[in-house]
Amino acid sequence: MPEPDRSRWHPIAASHDLPFRHVYHAQLLGREFAVWRADDGYVNVWENRCLHRGVRLSIGMNDGRELKCQYHGWRYANRTAGCTYIPAHPADAPARTITNRTFPAVERYGLVWSAEEPVGEVPALAGVTEGRQLVLRGIPVNAAAEDVAERLRSYRFQPNGALDGKDAEVALEAASDTSVALRSREAGADTLAVFFVQPVDAGRSVIRGVLDDDAEGPQRIAVMRHHNRLLSKLRDEAEREAAGKPAPASIEPVYERVSAELAEMPEVTPHGRKAALRVEVARKFAAADGIAGFELRPIKGLLPTFQPGAHIDVHMPNGEIRQYSITNGPGESASYVIGVKLEPDSKGGSKCMHETVREGDVLAISEPRNNFPLRRDALKTLFIAGGIGITPLLAMAQALQNQRLAFELHYFAQNESQMAFRDRLAALGSSLRPHLGLDPAATGAELRRLLHGYEAGRQVYLCGPGPMLEAARSIAAELGWPDSSVHFEYFKNTNTIDDSSSFEVALARSVMTLQVPAGRTILEVIRENGIEMPSSCEQGACGTCLCTVIEGEPDHQDVYLNDAERRAGTKILTCVSRSKSPRLVLDL
Amino acid sequence: MAAPCSDRILLDDWHIVADRAVLTEGRPFASRLLGVDLEVTRHGDDADVVCITGGAPVRSQQLYGYIWACLGTPARDIVHLPEAFEDDRHTVTGGSIAVKVSGLRAVENFLDMGHFPFVHTGWLGDEPHTEVQPYNVEITEADEILATDCKFFQPVASPTAKGGMMVDYIYKVIRPYTVALYKSNPLQPGRLDSITLFVQPVDEENCIAHPFLCYIKEGIDEPTIRWFMQLIFAQDKPILENQVPKRLPLDPRAETPIRADAVSVTYRRWLRERAVTYGAIPAAA
Repeated sequence: MPEPDRSRWHPIAASHDLPFRHVYHAQLLGREFAVWRADDGYVNVWENRCLHRGVRLSIGMNDGRELKCQYHGWRYANRTAGCTYIPAHPADAPARTITNRTFPAVERYGLVWSAEEPVGEVPALAGVTEGRQLVLRGIPVNAAAEDVAERLRSYRFQPNGALDGKDAEVALEAASDTSVALRSREAGADTLAVFFVQPVDAGRSVIRGVLDDDAEGPQRIAVMRHHNRLLSKLRDEAEREAAGKPAPASIEPVYERVSAELAEMPEVTPHGRKAALRVEVARKFAAADGIAGFELRPIKGLLPTFQPGAHIDVHMPNGEIRQYSITNGPGESASYVIGVKLEPDSKGGSKCMHETVREGDVLAISEPRNNFPLRRDALKTLFIAGGIGITPLLAMAQALQNQRLAFELHYFAQNESQMAFRDRLAALGSSLRPHLGLDPAATGAELRRLLHGYEAGRQVYLCGPGPMLEAARSIAAELGWPDSSVHFEYFKNTNTIDDSSSFEVALARSVMTLQVPAGRTILEVIRENGIEMPSSCEQGACGTCLCTVIEGEPDHQDVYLNDAERRAGTKILTCVSRSKSPRLVLDL
Repeated sequence: MAAPCSDRILLDDWHIVADRAVLTEGRPFASRLLGVDLEVTRHGDDADVVCITGGAPVRSQQLYGYIWACLGTPARDIVHLPEAFEDDRHTVTGGSIAVKVSGLRAVENFLDMGHFPFVHTGWLGDEPHTEVQPYNVEITEADEILATDCKFFQPVASPTAKGGMMVDYIYKVIRPYTVALYKSNPLQPGRLDSITLFVQPVDEENCIAHPFLCYIKEGIDEPTIRWFMQLIFAQDKPILENQVPKRLPLDPRAETPIRADAVSVTYRRWLRERAVTYGAIPAAA
């Protein structure tokens, strides 16, 4: 049997096969697809196989934004098919590269078209006007596509306007080995029917018919019945013939192997402070008083999968680099939405974003990185946001809302007009609890009230100005919250960095010993020596350059680690922290 | 799929071919083992097994209420389960459940805790209690895989459990197609109920799971044990039958393991090292 042609577009489903939140099981040339439409209208055509244990995703759940595997609840994002959550490890952000295989999808003439390696465009149908066609029910046939197409050349039917007649003249207008166009005429009525035969497997196919003219109500049903009856008869004949031939061997799909690093255990892939992506500012809007919202769309292709809590580095026209959290809800993968507050003492970052960057501008951004992962195994989650600290927590709250998990979002702001992303907030309903115009003392009292009564199974996420986070963390500790249940992200590190020490750093895996002199950071020194190390904020706030300490006593100067992690001394942020011992051994 | 089994480790081992309870006196029962069609016939307390093609007798014996057969020359005895001989336990066969997937996939599913909240919702797990805590995996001197210190939150861990609790599990892979779990008995702290899953490799892409349960009698009767086992297995069956491909891939890069899968990572490696290929897709050399 010749190698099937994988470069041709074929219909694999009808648009009406994708009702609200359904997942449709399709197949083409032996390969199965999970086909699903997200609530934003995007049609996803994916390998029908969860990357974890091979379970069909067509039995998974389409929640409108993500597809959830039935076996272990792994969630995959609309468009990118990137894994956004692994429930067995709620504290970890999945490696962004866990991405299912996707295939192109084009919706045309009421059909969904795909191919493994398509060349060119979906065929244009002469005589059929997009939106005016009538798509017939797909007819599966246990016979080879070429044989079915051959048989369709002599298919005889009545035009829509003369269904009761018997003498229609049917002319063959065009044909290929997988398609046939026929025109039926009788008494002034005239209908063009185009049939595509989808090769499901070597010995199986689906007839997908499109008529050039739609009909209404009972007439439409009559037309559908007419073709259903005739095509069923054609199917019976084709299957009888096929049953007399030796059954062809099934086409065995070849599954791509997962990457070598994923085959071990998912780890973050190292990369430096790079801006790999180019995005266009599709929309710049006032998210609140003093806060500009930016919707960033990819110049080409898709944006990488993000997880709630993730941030991107934005490289600005003036050369500055700043970190902004992605505020999107799950499955909103067509663009990233960020919020930028104009800082009065801006050193050029937020000022540039507010004053210089306009709609249509192109910005360089990093891939999203998640150092503030959201657990989704809490019985109740508290989000406490101060001011612009709302941005990562908003993404998290939308994720929990989508999964119907219990949460409260407490938003501390000066006044209502300073509350950002009102449309997104409104969708959270009564889970949103604004706290407006409180002074520091009143804020402290409110935090004390919110954090009162810690119970096992609760998690709190904090993001806001430094003094507020300090207050919230110390109140939480006082009220019995364990460090492991208190998660926080600072905007910036306001500690005065003492870089006067000098010490030796040994890199265990690279077998290298380096001297870190006063005035230089560990990060700078190891990079100079050719070791790849990711970083983002480079001021000890975001957690990207985190590294494991094997031996020695770190001199923590960051605001990323919690107290328990600091005491343990097994992690270090290499961009600001140093060593108290003369020698530090790192797992690099 | 028609390829005959050439793995000595499987041919020279004992496998279940029938639950004695389903046999009718004198009436042949059709079974299949490692791609070989067999007939099992009961005569009073005895039962014989013959190969359908050629009618040659196949070596057989009875234990735990099952008829066992060995297609080659037995290299070892049927797995010995000490708890099956303790007087204060029910020993119950949980039914013979045919599953259209490789038996190795069924073993791996039995070793997996991460699916409890999603497949056994409301029974062995419930969202949002989804975390799989780190546990230990070792290969014992008896060449079994032992996973200890496994803990999982379960709303209804057993037919007698009252309310949710953290349940302790021990898993043991005894032979390529035999796996057992031990979990804390809710009424007698310190004692363990056991479920041994004997998987009959019908062929490379079909199996019959024979769960054998040794439960402490206190507070529970046999029908309840059987009901619970069948409820749970009926939830696993549609998932197993939707695994693609049906055979278990042994290439480490065929699927994506996570830390929670430490025991299945070990199982796949253990199968590779013991040259088990029947029901598997061997790793490229």
